[in-house]
Amino acid sequence: MFFDRTSSIVVIALFACAVAGYFIPDWIMNQLMFGFARALAVLGLLVLWRTGLISFGHAFYFGLGAYTVALLDINLGVSDVFLRLVGAVLVSGVIGWIVGFVLRNYRDIFFAMLSLALSMVLYGIIVKTEALGSTDGFSISAPTFFGFAPDGKYPLFVFICVVCAICAVAVQMYLNSTLGWMTTAIRDNEVRVEYLGLSVANAVHVKYVLSAVLAGAAGCLMAMALGQVDPDSMVNWTASGELVFITILSGPGSVIAPFIGSVVFELLRTYAFEWAPHAWQLIVGGTLLTIILFLPGGVWSVIEKVVGKKS
Amino acid sequence: MTDSSPILKVEGLEKTFGAVVAASNINIDVQPGEIIGIIGANGAGKTTFVNMVTGYLTPSAGSIQFEGREMIGLPPRKVTQAGISRSFQVSQVFSTMTVEENILTALAIASNTGLGALRQMMRPELVSKCNDVLERYQIAQHRDHTAGTLSQGVRKLLDIAMAVISKPRILLLDEPTSGISVEEKFDLMDIVMTPLREDNVTVLFIEHDMEIVERYVSRVIAFYQGEIICDESPTEALADPKVQEYVIGTSHPHAKKGA
Ligand SMILES: Nc1ncnc2c1ncn2[C@@H]1O[C@H](COP(=O)(O)OP(=O)(O)O)[C@@H](O)[C@H]1O
Ligand SMILES: [Mg+2]
Repeated sequence: MFFDRTSSIVVIALFACAVAGYFIPDWIMNQLMFGFARALAVLGLLVLWRTGLISFGHAFYFGLGAYTVALLDINLGVSDVFLRLVGAVLVSGVIGWIVGFVLRNYRDIFFAMLSLALSMVLYGIIVKTEALGSTDGFSISAPTFFGFAPDGKYPLFVFICVVCAICAVAVQMYLNSTLGWMTTAIRDNEVRVEYLGLSVANAVHVKYVLSAVLAGAAGCLMAMALGQVDPDSMVNWTASGELVFITILSGPGSVIAPFIGSVVFELLRTYAFEWAPHAWQLIVGGTLLTIILFLPGGVWSVIEKVVGKKS
Repeated sequence: MTDSSPILKVEGLEKTFGAVVAASNINIDVQPGEIIGIIGANGAGKTTFVNMVTGYLTPSAGSIQFEGREMIGLPPRKVTQAGISRSFQVSQVFSTMTVEENILTALAIASNTGLGALRQMMRPELVSKCNDVLERYQIAQHRDHTAGTLSQGVRKLLDIAMAVISKPRILLLDEPTSGISVEEKFDLMDIVMTPLREDNVTVLFIEHDMEIVERYVSRVIAFYQGEIICDESPTEALADPKVQEYVIGTSHPHAKKGA
């Protein structure tokens, strides 16, 4: 196996968070839960970005994951966290695999806009369909763990930390594998990769499914953390935009970056809203501008500078 | 010339781009181990020929048989897997990676089989093979340089080194010495050709410099306006009036005339 330094840092940091969660006030734990849940979707975008691909519609899979949880709950009474997660991963993975046959042939703006179009179709369907909760969405029953229904949000927080740790380590291993390494190679020169004997389309397809599954899992965790799903915050193009925003804020440098970037985003948005309820978009937008102009490597590049380039 | 069965048999190959006829009625039999020089003025159809043999372009008509197997319709990666490799007129390297990472990438793909792709990229056996390649192509001193910043000559060597990693039985080189100073050309060709000869790889290379052609090849194929106008030994080819007129005379007035 190739469990490297970055993987160790991820596991230790998320373990520390899980322990600390027991002692911190609920509102901080909530921020962390939202941040970490969303970070998984951002991790999915990071995987695509390493090949120079950007999706403006990744809330498609985020929404699929979230709505899978809601529909399992409402129609089948499924409340177990594992079953919900498996359901969300399967739905987003299978749909990602099917969609991947088309998207793997596109690059750049075409890839980005096809993704966006897809998410708008899903949004349209949900909003028009009463059985899918229409514009109101659903609220979801509290999660259970192997039949236990503990009080409070702490168990869910621990679960989110564990899922995030597993996903981040898995992505790190993927990036260190031959297939993951081809990521950079494909971004650099597809013709050369093809002539060396590797199918670029297949490599992109694998990557696409991986990013779909991560976003699906993220949607599942977010749905449980919020206790509800709704089309505007989870499927609409603004939700996709948010994910792209956090990806740029985080930077593509490391699998750790999305977790930091997402939490920074949650805090930024919360405080911006408190300080300037009517102009919070201005603050968030201004931050994005600053990042793109002065910190193209995102928050991660600051950390790299402070800690030293190690991972 | 046709004592054994050809490794590559090209018959009636044609390619048109709209009104432009880039290849017409190309017939070539290549014997295993032959080293062939392809010459012709710019726009004669040489690169188009290489592109068709390696699956980058689909011919309008004709057939390309490699070791008895039809190649037309296979994508480049299948052609590579079958045993035909190539370098490019404009070197195709991974420009944001270091020279070492370029070679490692090629080695990793070549050693890939199915789930093997999930193995760790930076494994010791690849790194040691990589060192061998860097030594053999004399680019070890550039190991840590980013490929995008390399000089033309080193970049060509890197491009060719990567093409050879799949252990092809036929290698097509598209202008390996273009853009390289006269003094360096022979060194480069020596570095490239020595291991290929040792492994008895069949080589077809496109070349404008007739001194290089004379020195390294056993057979010359001259292209003119998409057609083969001459397919002979180097001495005969360079003395051929059509070659004199359409190849040597036109595009490269500075090239040395036939010996
Ligand atoms: N992709 C293409 N589309 C249109 N015309 C092309 C294309 N590739 C080559 N050609 C034309 O085919 C002819 C042969 O080109 P090429 O094979 O590149 O010549 P050479 O390598 O001998 O210089 C030229 O007239 C060129 O303009
Ligand atoms: Mg050419």
